[in-house]
Amino acid sequence: MYRSHVLVCGGTGCTSSGSEEIIRVLKDELDKNGLTSEVSVVKTGCHGLCALGPIMIVYPEAVFYSMVETKDVPEIVSEHLLKGRVVSRLVYDETVSSEGEIKSLADTNFYKKQHRIALRNCGVINPENIEEYIGTRGYEALGKVVTEMTPDDVIKCILDSGLRGRGGGGFPTGRKWQLAKDLVKGGQKYVCCNADEGDPGAFMDRSILEGDPHALIEAMAIAGYAIGANQGYVYVRAEYPIAVERLQIAINQAKEYGLLGENIFGSGFSFDLGIRLGAGAFVCGEETALMTSIEGNRGEPRPRPPFPAEKGLFGKPTVLNNVETYANIPQIILNGPEWFSAMGTEKSKGTKVFALGGKIKNTGLVEIPMGTTLREVVEEIGGGIPNGKKFKAAQTGGPSGGCIPAEYFDIEMDYDNLIAIGSMMGSGGLIVMDEDNCMVDIAKFFLEFTVDESCGKCTPCRIGTKRLYEILDKITKGNGTLEDIDKLEELCYFIKENSLCGLGQTAPNPVLSTLKFFRDEYVAHVVDKKCPAGVCKDLLRYTIDPDKCKGCTMCARVCPNNAISGAVKTPHVIDTDKCVKCGACMEKCKFGAISKC
Amino acid sequence: MDYINIKINGLDVSAPKGSTILEAARLANIDIPTLCFLKEINEIGACRMCVVEVKGARSLCAACVYPINEGMEVFTNTPKVIAARKKNLQLLLSNHDRKCLSCVRSGNCELQKLCKDYKIEEEGLYDGERTPSEIDYSAAHMYRDNSKCILCRRCVAVCEKVQGVGVIGANERGFKTFIGSAFEMDLADTSCVSCGQCIAVCPTGALSEKDNTDEVLAAINNPEKYVVVQTAPAVRAALGEAFGLPIGTNVEGKMIAALRRIGFDKVFDTNFAADLTIMEEANEFLDRVKNGGKLPLITSCSPGWVKYCEHYFPDMTDNLSSCKSPQQMFGAITKTYFAEKMGIDPKNIVCVSVMPCTAKKFEIGRDDQNAAGVADVDISITTRELSRLIDRMGINFLSLPDDEKFDDPLGRSTGAAVIFGATGGVMEAALRTAVETLTGETLDNVDFEAVRGVQGIKEASFDVAGMTVKVAVASGLKNANELLTKVKNGEAEYHFIEIMGCPGGCVNGGGQPQQPASVRNFTDLRAERAKALYSIDAANPIRKSHENPDIKKLYDEYLGAPGSHKAHELLHTTYVKRSIN
Amino acid sequence: MKSLEELKAIRERMQGQVGLRSEDETQTRVVVGMATCGIASGARPVLNALSEIVQTKGLSNVAVTQTGCIGLCQYEPIVEVMEPGKEKVTYVKMTAEKAAEVVEQHLIGGTVVAKYTLNSIE
Repeated sequence: MYRSHVLVCGGTGCTSSGSEEIIRVLKDELDKNGLTSEVSVVKTGCHGLCALGPIMIVYPEAVFYSMVETKDVPEIVSEHLLKGRVVSRLVYDETVSSEGEIKSLADTNFYKKQHRIALRNCGVINPENIEEYIGTRGYEALGKVVTEMTPDDVIKCILDSGLRGRGGGGFPTGRKWQLAKDLVKGGQKYVCCNADEGDPGAFMDRSILEGDPHALIEAMAIAGYAIGANQGYVYVRAEYPIAVERLQIAINQAKEYGLLGENIFGSGFSFDLGIRLGAGAFVCGEETALMTSIEGNRGEPRPRPPFPAEKGLFGKPTVLNNVETYANIPQIILNGPEWFSAMGTEKSKGTKVFALGGKIKNTGLVEIPMGTTLREVVEEIGGGIPNGKKFKAAQTGGPSGGCIPAEYFDIEMDYDNLIAIGSMMGSGGLIVMDEDNCMVDIAKFFLEFTVDESCGKCTPCRIGTKRLYEILDKITKGNGTLEDIDKLEELCYFIKENSLCGLGQTAPNPVLSTLKFFRDEYVAHVVDKKCPAGVCKDLLRYTIDPDKCKGCTMCARVCPNNAISGAVKTPHVIDTDKCVKCGACMEKCKFGAISKC
Repeated sequence: MDYINIKINGLDVSAPKGSTILEAARLANIDIPTLCFLKEINEIGACRMCVVEVKGARSLCAACVYPINEGMEVFTNTPKVIAARKKNLQLLLSNHDRKCLSCVRSGNCELQKLCKDYKIEEEGLYDGERTPSEIDYSAAHMYRDNSKCILCRRCVAVCEKVQGVGVIGANERGFKTFIGSAFEMDLADTSCVSCGQCIAVCPTGALSEKDNTDEVLAAINNPEKYVVVQTAPAVRAALGEAFGLPIGTNVEGKMIAALRRIGFDKVFDTNFAADLTIMEEANEFLDRVKNGGKLPLITSCSPGWVKYCEHYFPDMTDNLSSCKSPQQMFGAITKTYFAEKMGIDPKNIVCVSVMPCTAKKFEIGRDDQNAAGVADVDISITTRELSRLIDRMGINFLSLPDDEKFDDPLGRSTGAAVIFGATGGVMEAALRTAVETLTGETLDNVDFEAVRGVQGIKEASFDVAGMTVKVAVASGLKNANELLTKVKNGEAEYHFIEIMGCPGGCVNGGGQPQQPASVRNFTDLRAERAKALYSIDAANPIRKSHENPDIKKLYDEYLGAPGSHKAHELLHTTYVKRSIN
Repeated sequence: MKSLEELKAIRERMQGQVGLRSEDETQTRVVVGMATCGIASGARPVLNALSEIVQTKGLSNVAVTQTGCIGLCQYEPIVEVMEPGKEKVTYVKMTAEKAAEVVEQHLIGGTVVAKYTLNSIE
């Protein structure tokens, strides 16, 4: 029995910033101070505040230490764990009140507005210890399902909860299960989990796998019971080694405890689970491509219908949900559908995990009730935009989504509201952009990603996205015309309407949505040959204001291409032909004499 | 059968349950353009040419794979659909080598036809970077020019699903995607069997046989050379298609006339060698049965199949008949018997073959195929190359006479020989001779119906002179694989097996005129062309190889008896074991 | 594991431990002074005993934590019990045994163990 638990984040973010080494030193120090039997060290999954890693939380005081280094560990042990004196210099400043009092992490802006269901155990339990999961009511839902509920009861519960797929499409999960149960009666069926998280910047699925793998296992077994499947597959990208390892440990433990395998809880229901590794192709997150890949073929989508609920993996009825969707399931069973549907908006129930990134102070993972406004997310949870810059837009849904401009800052974010303005929830990536972001450049960035990740099967996506990229590139280089903008738009609609799978059908969204809200920026690029945000290098010109220039020669010395000339104490000049637009001169100038336009 | 009622372009259509929009539209005489779709072979909905509007659907639907539902309303020609197809074609063109004028497929290119139908005037609207590609000339029989490839993947599907070979597939992804071998190996280094089915299904000029017509003309124009041509049975059943005649038209007479006008010194028939093959192979079969030789005996006429056997069933090469293929037997006899008869140095004879096959181009270069110390056959061209040669020589094929005959002495053949071109034909021809030899009696009925037809695998057994002879026939290499795997595992036992590399046999060979998918998807080329051969057989007064008087004469004058030492020297060959790459 | 009972048993065994990590506003906080003075006068066994009993009894609304010097060094070991909405109770000169009584009577029973409080000494 331990009086204190020290939780160290072992998620991918903190591991890469050195948490493994911290755990080793921590254990050493506890040993030296004779605290090994009193203080327990728990390696957990991600807490969400990845920018502050490595993270350490000491319970029961719930003191949140951030950016801990190994040299800090002896002090934490001798001061805090031995003597009970919090090492205030390491405490996350958001958890310290203006009076210097330490408050709970739950009271910080970052966590206060969050409501953690899918992430509830992440950063709280040791994911490699099944008993800790059981200690948080783990596997109770599975027990209830297989001993007290019929498959139809389970499906009804999920339907009533209003849970919709968290991977992008937002299809009602209960409906999906119902189709898989009823379209084909009996026979071999499968339950699959999409853990091939591919949107740039999104990592909630990884966090759940790393922090609470049993929640997924339990949910998949429940899905198996509901549709009549006894085999499941988790398709995880191989670039998630920690997630894969923890999931495998969890599966092994679940088997050892009889929570996977034959005759679970003596109910006669059997369920087994296997891991299949994906090689990281974005398209393999598309359901039919994912199944094609599990089958051992090149991961390419196939035409729908037939839908997976009828003919899925190996031609058998299959339910496929993503990790976050599954992570909600046990809680819905335990707390009832009404509990879940009480959260969120009319058509989007529960919570959604967002990965905050871009021009925002608190980057990381947040789980918020559906319908939370973008403003709350950016200004309160996210801590606002750094350097006093102005909010310009937020991009949601990754390469399949679109942007939300400032005029929609108070939009209540749910599936339908985002779709209505031409963006989408997607898997929950949320990238904040400020006035320094060029929207044409942003569209080009996403298109570059799509061009790279298109599988190459259907014509519109294979060639069409490439041509979109080329037109955008032409515009950002100052060679575009107004006709190009029309051509771009027309091609976007063609690709949306004609592509084989969701990847192609949504690939033009970043372009269409920036065209919708920031058309004037496109026009500025092609008509004025100017990039208003000052991003597109080919359209930039650096000039020196002779009235302000003191002739200090600093700029000339820092220029990598000797593009600046001028005698000492006389105004300097930039040779535009030689200038490589690196901006180094502007940074160095103490007199604000250099400007770009 | 359950029928489903839908509306297409406002017309009521009733189509069997399970039909696609494409199939239902066809019933209403509405054609929907396709590029990637091949029925039962390539149903991937990838090219998006066949998109149609379905009332209530979120986006356009691919008609080739979209199943119909009761009450569905489909529109195949709305402005939106037409605009989408146009854009699709323009995108394809933006990554397509557009040198149509000299392209081998000009005139029967499926992409070209659609561009014309859809009035694509701005070919270069979306021009930009092109997917880099290099032409793979490595194989003996064909080349791949990916600059003309539209990634419909028909070739990939036919190679894997029909032939079970699967040596080509998509490499890279997105815009960089290209079709090639694994690890970008040269095709020649793979276990490609040279069947050419990929060429037969290619909608554009990306895949083509290596054209050897210039070499043929060079030989003809060389006064030193005595140029002899032989034509395989299946060529006459398909050559007419290249000139617009209906599928299954027998153009034997016109073909002979055309070859004469091209300038060959002798126009002979591979059918003669087919009869000879039966003499040798029936003898080999009876010998193996009597003397406890390796059984089942498996035919060796199809070089695609032979190479497949060497790669995929190397431990069964002893089961292969040691007989050379009819093409090679013909060459061997031409450069020995015929050369001696005519007093021509075999070095000065150029033996040209016209074949429905691309693997024949590989076969002429095999080892142990040089009876006279020079290659048995010098140049092998496909039916397609012959059609182009006829056009180039300014021959008005359609108005040529129908009654021209092959030259003597290697031009006469029996009905047994001509059916070599259809699956089951070699088996039937062999049975006609073997049964009569075993029983010593004349057959009342020479039609062995049990081994006819386009099914991939056929089995039959016959009671002959107190013995039950069990035979099997397979065509298409995936079927061959299935059959041989059973034999290997002891699940099936046969005395004699006929295998043809191409589905349906040589009539559907990889060298035959290409039919667009719009035809292939709704017409069984195999059956239609085979009909022509069976009617030639039925019309021939001599229907058994051993009754061919010129064959008898050949044995009397030159070879002695079937299986004689001399016959073995000239007409039999050996095989090698190859690995799978 | 064959039955729901077994699952329940594990859950109950683990709940107290994992419960240590909850951050409930309505929790009762039991704070042990663990500065040098406290440790020297025997605060550690008190802290450990409190922590163990609270977890064993599954008191998920009680958090046992430590703090630095409370400023009354002569009365160490000191234990403070802070219940939401109630006055802080300070126990002094604690031992492991006294701590057990405090848990039983105060934390579970709701009656302050007056004889150990600072008030009783003053």
